[in-house]
Amino acid sequence: MYNPQLNKDGELTHLLSIEGLPKRILDQILDTAASFMEVSAREVKKVPLLRGKSVFNLFFENSTRTRTTFEIAAKRLSADVINLDINKSSASKGETLLDTIDNLCAMHANLFVVRHASSGAPYLIAEHLRKAGRDDIHVVNAGDGRHAHPTQGLLDMYTIRHYKKDFTQLRVAIVGDILHSRVARSDIHALTTLGVPEVRAIGPETLLPKHLDKLGVHVFHDMEEGLKDCDVVIMLRLQNERMTGALLPSAGEYFRHYGLTPQKLALAKPDAIVMHPGPMNRGVEIHSAVADGSQAVILPQVTFGIAVRMAVMSIVAGN
Amino acid sequence: MSTNIVIENGRLICPKNRVDRSSTPLYIQNGKMAGIGEAPAGFVAEQRIDATGCVVSPGFIDLGARLNSIEAELAAAVAGGVTSVVVPPDADPPLDEPELADRLVHRGKEIRKARVLPLGALTLGLKGERLAELAGLKKAGCVAFSQANKTVVDTEALLRAMEYAATFGFAVWLQPQDHWLSRNGIAHEGEVASRLGLAGIPVAAETIAIGTIIQLVRITGCRVHLTRISSAAGMALIQRAQLDQLPITCDVGIHHLLLTDNDIGYFNPHARFCPPLRSQNDRQALSDAVVAGRAAICSDHTPVGADDKLLPFGEAKPGATGLEVLLPLTLKWAESANVDLPTALARITSAPAEVLGVERGSLSTGTVADLCIFDPEATWQLTPEALKSRGKNSPWTGYPMTGKVKATLVSGRVVYQA
Repeated sequence: MYNPQLNKDGELTHLLSIEGLPKRILDQILDTAASFMEVSAREVKKVPLLRGKSVFNLFFENSTRTRTTFEIAAKRLSADVINLDINKSSASKGETLLDTIDNLCAMHANLFVVRHASSGAPYLIAEHLRKAGRDDIHVVNAGDGRHAHPTQGLLDMYTIRHYKKDFTQLRVAIVGDILHSRVARSDIHALTTLGVPEVRAIGPETLLPKHLDKLGVHVFHDMEEGLKDCDVVIMLRLQNERMTGALLPSAGEYFRHYGLTPQKLALAKPDAIVMHPGPMNRGVEIHSAVADGSQAVILPQVTFGIAVRMAVMSIVAGN
Repeated sequence: MSTNIVIENGRLICPKNRVDRSSTPLYIQNGKMAGIGEAPAGFVAEQRIDATGCVVSPGFIDLGARLNSIEAELAAAVAGGVTSVVVPPDADPPLDEPELADRLVHRGKEIRKARVLPLGALTLGLKGERLAELAGLKKAGCVAFSQANKTVVDTEALLRAMEYAATFGFAVWLQPQDHWLSRNGIAHEGEVASRLGLAGIPVAAETIAIGTIIQLVRITGCRVHLTRISSAAGMALIQRAQLDQLPITCDVGIHHLLLTDNDIGYFNPHARFCPPLRSQNDRQALSDAVVAGRAAICSDHTPVGADDKLLPFGEAKPGATGLEVLLPLTLKWAESANVDLPTALARITSAPAEVLGVERGSLSTGTVADLCIFDPEATWQLTPEALKSRGKNSPWTGYPMTGKVKATLVSGRVVYQA
């Protein structure tokens, strides 16, 4: 089947989703990221791989953290970085998403890092570039709607590999608002592709997408049962607007059932690691004692994230 | 005065009268069907149409086509063999005043292509609150009343509207969709939507609405036609209501007979429909219902400009062009469902005629000569240029189509010739 992320030689040309990527490409990204870890430790934190290339951070939805890590990663690859916060302003001027893209192509963009509130927006851009014959311009999805956040998924995999070495013996639990989470979807595809034998999803029915079992995930509504003997616990952020209303009665009740406390974490394996894509809601999905505890690897995730984004950008723009 | 026409050498198919005869002449006099096989007394042909290799069928009756630019869309209709077009009221402005209906009917007559059968708005502005002037709209030419794909949120308003319509014996056409369960959704709530991160519309959005409507039909006796059914469970409810002898009919959009949510692929905006494409099981159940004659087929023709489709899936306008692909897609469905040609044609001729309660959709002597002559074997490629419609939006762009209209007649007048 046609895969819009790969070129005719089967190499990664856009990173749109983890779904549909073969294991060899995930391994290639993780291995390349490992080689970049050392760059960030240098006094001069730069390699010339993208020298002379222009990376456009195209954020149609607010983000500080992800945009900053993409910016740092691009700069460490010696690229020129242009940040565009488009929000609603361009749309209100009547410019469509693809008009914006055409304009930036005319400015000789080499790579677009795209965040958009609509699932699938980066696919639309990639398809548009393909039709325009611009296979020299690449797209990296920095989060689209509820669909995918592949670099977050990859940095999560990098973190798990760093601490656990072998994917094929692991039990991984993803906890919280999976329905609205692009991170969860990317993690699920990455974990199953890399051979994790048991991926669990834990949450109330209102926050779980339907037919999750078809993605190879075991669903648990009881967090204590779901955490039992896990090697990795990935906590998801609960957005403020979901805390009250029809999905959940209150942040307090959510925390009582699905917040990660030291007591609940004790049910996982003793050496289990705790991850979170950030920003955290302390006291909502995670207890501070866990967030700051010895099993948390939340800050290393951020550091790995830069190396992983360097790897992704150097691979797509290098192919 | 219209011409005396004989259509020769064609395979005449009239599903209603179970006629299927090869190389048989069809006679047309005074704009009406005047005989099959035998010329009426004193008939002198003024025009001969050679239909060698072609099927001569009653003109197609489309239960739902939006005419955004009426001239182009009516030309598209006859190019697709469609001789009667039911137009939903969700135009801009909505068809909620008799003068608007009057103007539409008048424009249709001026253009002299397909017949225009407007559906009047059931409520003012389709807002689901205040009743439109149904009797006035009817007088202006509306064939029934509808909310297009807008819902009446207030159940009491719907009850009163159906009571009022029943008073006059008017039919009400409703697209069953629960407002609350469908308002945020963009795709069928299933594996595909979960995978792609698209907000789901559950099947219950349809079944709850159908359940409500069925109860209201029981109370009011209002004649109801349910449009664009999308789910197996919805179809099952309708079948039960029909077994209870309730005056309920339904139709299915042609794309829902052929496509499923899997066809969304990588967020293809051309696979966005209202109601959404559902699962393979749903598609199969819709197909079975159409095979069994429990539902008619319609094109649900919805022209959407390119700019409104070149958007992320959830922002793109739903719908596809339909008038010119109704025949080839119906033939494609017939092949996949293993249905013979007369049965397939029944679903776009006699079945919709029955829904409308009109004496069309057959070759019966004395009825109006609305006809489609098509080559069932001819293939063509669906390209934007191949379509007369302004709506070039189709999930089939680039695909080969089998079945090509050669000529279309309305009231015995050739309104299209390939």
